[in-house]
Amino acid sequence: MTQTDTLGPRPALPWIRLDGPEPFVEGRLCRACGARTAATHLACPACGARDSIETYRAPTTGKLHAYSIVRRSYPGVPVPFISAIVDLDDGLTLKGNLINVAAEPEALPVGMPVRMVFGDALGRTDKDGASYVAFFFEPSA
Amino acid sequence: MSENVYILGIDMLKFGKYPDRTFAQLGGEAALLALDDAGLSVHDVQAMYCGSVFGAYDMTGQAIMREIGQTGIPVTNISNACATGASAFREAWIAVKSGLYDVVLAVGVEKMPRGMLGAGHETGISLEGLFGSASMPAVFAESGMEHAGKYGTTFEQFAKVSVKNHHHSTMNPKAVYQKETPLEEVMGSEMIAYPNTKLMCSVNVDGSAAAVVVSEKKARELGLTRAIRVLASALASDPWNPRNPIMPDVNGCTQLAAKSAYEQAGIDPRDVSLVELHDCFATAELLHYENLQLCGLGEAGRLIDEGVTALGGRVPVNVSGGLLSKGHPLGATGIANMYEVALHLRGEAGARQVQGARIGLTHVVGLGTASAVHLFEKA
Ligand SMILES: [Zn+2]
Repeated sequence: MTQTDTLGPRPALPWIRLDGPEPFVEGRLCRACGARTAATHLACPACGARDSIETYRAPTTGKLHAYSIVRRSYPGVPVPFISAIVDLDDGLTLKGNLINVAAEPEALPVGMPVRMVFGDALGRTDKDGASYVAFFFEPSA
Repeated sequence: MSENVYILGIDMLKFGKYPDRTFAQLGGEAALLALDDAGLSVHDVQAMYCGSVFGAYDMTGQAIMREIGQTGIPVTNISNACATGASAFREAWIAVKSGLYDVVLAVGVEKMPRGMLGAGHETGISLEGLFGSASMPAVFAESGMEHAGKYGTTFEQFAKVSVKNHHHSTMNPKAVYQKETPLEEVMGSEMIAYPNTKLMCSVNVDGSAAAVVVSEKKARELGLTRAIRVLASALASDPWNPRNPIMPDVNGCTQLAAKSAYEQAGIDPRDVSLVELHDCFATAELLHYENLQLCGLGEAGRLIDEGVTALGGRVPVNVSGGLLSKGHPLGATGIANMYEVALHLRGEAGARQVQGARIGLTHVVGLGTASAVHLFEKA
C-alpha cells in the first residue's frame, strides 16, 4: 500500500471537511455582523471584527441564484457543464457544477431548489496519484 | 494644488496583433503621439505612470523612457487588472492635482497572451469544470444571468449589445474589427458560455494609449483650444457582498466609483452625452447601464431595445466599438476609452461623432476588484 492510499482522498477545496461520518462544507460565521464565508480571513471581511469568526457545518440545501452553460473552457476540460452559483439556505454562497439536469436554459429556472452532493472529483488526481472529493449540486424538487 | 486638471494630448495605436513589437515600443509610440497631440516634448514631462498587466514585472515604464528619451524623471509602474490604464491615468491626475507637477504622462500598454483568460485556483488538481468555471466568459455570463433572473433580461437583449458595438466599430479605423454582425450572426455564433457567444466576448489584442495630463497653469499657458477638463476621477475596490468572491461582483465596485464621480463633478447622470464603458462581455454592458445610473434598476434591457445607447440615441455607449469590437488590451483599455471621449468632446470623431457632445464618461472594471470612472468636458 502506498502512503496515498492510507491517507485516502483529499478535499478538493479547503472548506470541504472529510473528518466526519459524511463529507461536509465548513462555513464561517461572524458573531459580530452575521456575515458568512467559506474562506478564512484575518478579520471579518464584512465588518472588520477580529476574533469574531466561528465555524459551522453548512446546510446541504439551497437555491440556484445564477448559472452559465459552459460550452468552451480551457483545453482538456470536458464540456458542456453547468457552472452554478448556489445560495445555501443559511445564506452561504457556493459555486459548483449543477448535475443531473439538462444543459438548457429552459431547465434552469432561477430560484430552483438544489441539494449538495459529494463525490469523487471527476477522476482527477494530483502528482502523488491522490484522489479528491468535491461537491456538486443537483435539483432537489 | 491645481484648480483643474486637463488632458492636453491623447492618442492610441490601432488595436491589433503586434508580435514583432515590444511593450516598450508599443507604449513609446503612443506616448510620442500623445506628446505630439499636446505640442510638448519628452523634456516637458515631469513624471510618468505606466499601466500594464502582463508587462507589470518588467519595468515597462522605464523601458518606454528608453524608447522616447531618458530624462531621469520619476516613473511608476501600475497593475490593476482591467482598470490598469485608468489607474495609471488617475495617478497622473493625482500628481498634477496635488500641485507637485504641471505635466505628467500616463501610458497604458499591453501585449496579450493567446487563449481564454481566467483565474485558476489549484489545490493539487485543476478546479476548472469541477466547481463550475472560472473562465471570464462564464463568470460574466453568470452576472448576466443574475440580471436575467431578477428582471427577465433576455439572450436577445444581451446579443443586441454586440450588434450595436460592432456596428459602431465600422466607423472607427482604430478598432481591430470593422465589421457588421447582424443579430442572427451574434446569436448563432459559437456558444462559449451561455448566454455569451463568441461574438459577445471581447477581443484579445495588443495595444497602447497615452495621455498628457497638465495643470490649470500649464493649460492656460499653452492654450485651452483642444484641452479636455477632468471633471472627476474615481477609483473603487469591491465593497462587502456576501456572494463575492465566490461570485465576482462587478456591480458594487462600479456603483461606488460612479457615485463618487458624479459627486465630484457635481453633475446629474442625465448630463452625460456619451459613455465608453467596460463591455468585456455583452452581458456586462447592460449591467453597467444601471451601475452607471444611465437608467433605473431593471431598465437596461429596455434601453438597448429602444436604441437609447446607439449612436443617435440619448446617451450613446461605446461608439468606438467598445472592448467587443475595438479590442481589449487590458492595460491600454482605460486610456483608450478616454481617447474616444476626447475625440467627441473636441468634435474630431468623424463619421461616429456624437453631435453636441458636452460631457463624456469612461468606465473600466477589473475582477479582484477595481473600478474606475472618469468624467470629462471640453475646456
Ligand atoms: Zn462581521
